[in-house]
Amino acid sequence: MKDKLMDFDEALERFEPVLGFEVHVELGTRTKMFSAAPNPAHPDFHDAAPNTLVDPLSLGLPGSLPVVNAEAVRYSISLGLALGCEIAQSCRFARKNYFYPDTPKNYQISQYDEPIAFDGAVEIELADGRQVSIPIERAHMEEDAGKLTHVGGSTGRIQGAEYSLVDYNRAGVPLVEIVTKPIFGAEHDAPEIAKRYVAAIRDIVLSLGISEARMERGNLRCDANVSLRPRGQEALGTRTETKNVNSLRSVERAVRYEIQRQAAILAAGGTIVQETRHWHEDTGATSPGRPKSDADDYRYFPEPDLLPLAPSRALVEELRSQLPEQPVAHRRRLKAEWGFTDLEFQDVVNGDMLHLVEATVVAGAAPQAARKWWTGEIARLANEQGVEASSLVEPEHVAQLQALVDEGALTDRLARQVLEGVIAGEGAPAEVVEARGLKVVTDESALVAAVDEALASQPDVLQKIRDGKVQAAGAVIGAVMKAMRGQADAARVREIVLQRAVD
Amino acid sequence: MSEITRDDVQHLAGLARIALTDDEVTSLTSELSAIVDAIATVSEIAGPDVPATSHPVPLSNVMRDDVVGETLSAEQIFAGAPSHDGERFRVSAILGEEQ
Repeated sequence: MKDKLMDFDEALERFEPVLGFEVHVELGTRTKMFSAAPNPAHPDFHDAAPNTLVDPLSLGLPGSLPVVNAEAVRYSISLGLALGCEIAQSCRFARKNYFYPDTPKNYQISQYDEPIAFDGAVEIELADGRQVSIPIERAHMEEDAGKLTHVGGSTGRIQGAEYSLVDYNRAGVPLVEIVTKPIFGAEHDAPEIAKRYVAAIRDIVLSLGISEARMERGNLRCDANVSLRPRGQEALGTRTETKNVNSLRSVERAVRYEIQRQAAILAAGGTIVQETRHWHEDTGATSPGRPKSDADDYRYFPEPDLLPLAPSRALVEELRSQLPEQPVAHRRRLKAEWGFTDLEFQDVVNGDMLHLVEATVVAGAAPQAARKWWTGEIARLANEQGVEASSLVEPEHVAQLQALVDEGALTDRLARQVLEGVIAGEGAPAEVVEARGLKVVTDESALVAAVDEALASQPDVLQKIRDGKVQAAGAVIGAVMKAMRGQADAARVREIVLQRAVD
Repeated sequence: MSEITRDDVQHLAGLARIALTDDEVTSLTSELSAIVDAIATVSEIAGPDVPATSHPVPLSNVMRDDVVGETLSAEQIFAGAPSHDGERFRVSAILGEEQ
């Protein structure tokens, strides 16, 4: 069923949107939250086959007992501090009870009434430079669930599935769930605020080095809560929680969509059902999921198998002293270091490519070259395919590509072909160059022969060049480049043409 | 008397995936009421200044280092599985209950 949508501006005129976000961050520790099984969110274990990162606790086998991962606690405290939160003097874990095959214990170990971190704020910067403060309610530790693959039905979604396959590698991956307080006053900026907030969390997590924070891999996941209330009404409207929003672009679109959908229902005299909704990237729409359970239905109670945590103040202060600079300060420093103009830098930030350019520079590329790749060819290809630039290519590969250009092994044009190969999964740039035979022809004798041939076949042009009309050389250069299938350095070809023409 | 109703019991049974007969609902309603009343009596004695005990042993911060340990083999993992495809467990598709 297709939802009726109200025009965004009209929706904003009649209703005030109130936002809230729950962002889950998978921590990149070596082992899981409560057991020593390898953590698939750690780079060493990305490519593990299903159910190979599994121990008795991951399967909820009888008699298995959880033990807290000290590194995950340190990561969580650092994250809490970076979010400007207080760190609890003492906190407990709790069981959240529900039956679903992704959680074989039939409960998730989480934190309920005593999160490790609470009461913070995150400063975000909008495209026009305005700063907005997002209030943080809490950040708590929990474990991730296994991964279900629905088989049968048309699209791999649960609707119409005949059965499901379960991989418990992800069961027990350390998570921090960051919950905002209700965000008022977002108004027309609501979709942008949603995107910038999630990007800010991503940047904080990356700067702390506690997660790879790749949304397309599920390292960072956002649930977006949206409610509307008629202008002038005090009471909050009924909210929906949109899940499965796995890119920054989707977060922005999903919030916009929910505002327009809810406004249309409310304006027609309908009521909003409190429910979770699923975001569908392909159709750009949300669809209803299950009705939202009451927290009571999860029958939370203190986890009897785990003792309380009481982070020492010495540890908290030690971690505080190691915090990296705030994202806003970090941005200012990079801009100065890289020497970008305001416009160039805004382009990078608005394209959400700052961390990509930074990683490319760290991998050895010059800042300007890194910027041109990301905001140019890669952005174009990402746009064409409707995906995030970060999902197309690794910053290290971009740096390697640029290194090949810098050493003269590739022309810009060849480099773009190599990029296509890298994106197509043909390997690292050097491998693509090798496999596709895309090296610049540096064999002088081959170039000279091609130039001589082109000059001989265009005697009129040859004459013009000899008469001093150097710009006529363009036709010959074009012919040579064509003969070399573009794999020659045009500047060098031009030199040879001018030299051979007068010889 | 506490206010445990038949509806409460049926709702809880649903959450716990337990099928109850009408008679069982009746008896559990009164039993649960008695239990809740007993706990209420305890709560009267322990005022708000006495925090609820969740962990009777006065210990905290029991943690392990982030060092990889043993994992199970596929054979061990699937030994007790009613259905699997050699790589993953196979379960009935459960509609509308995704968490």
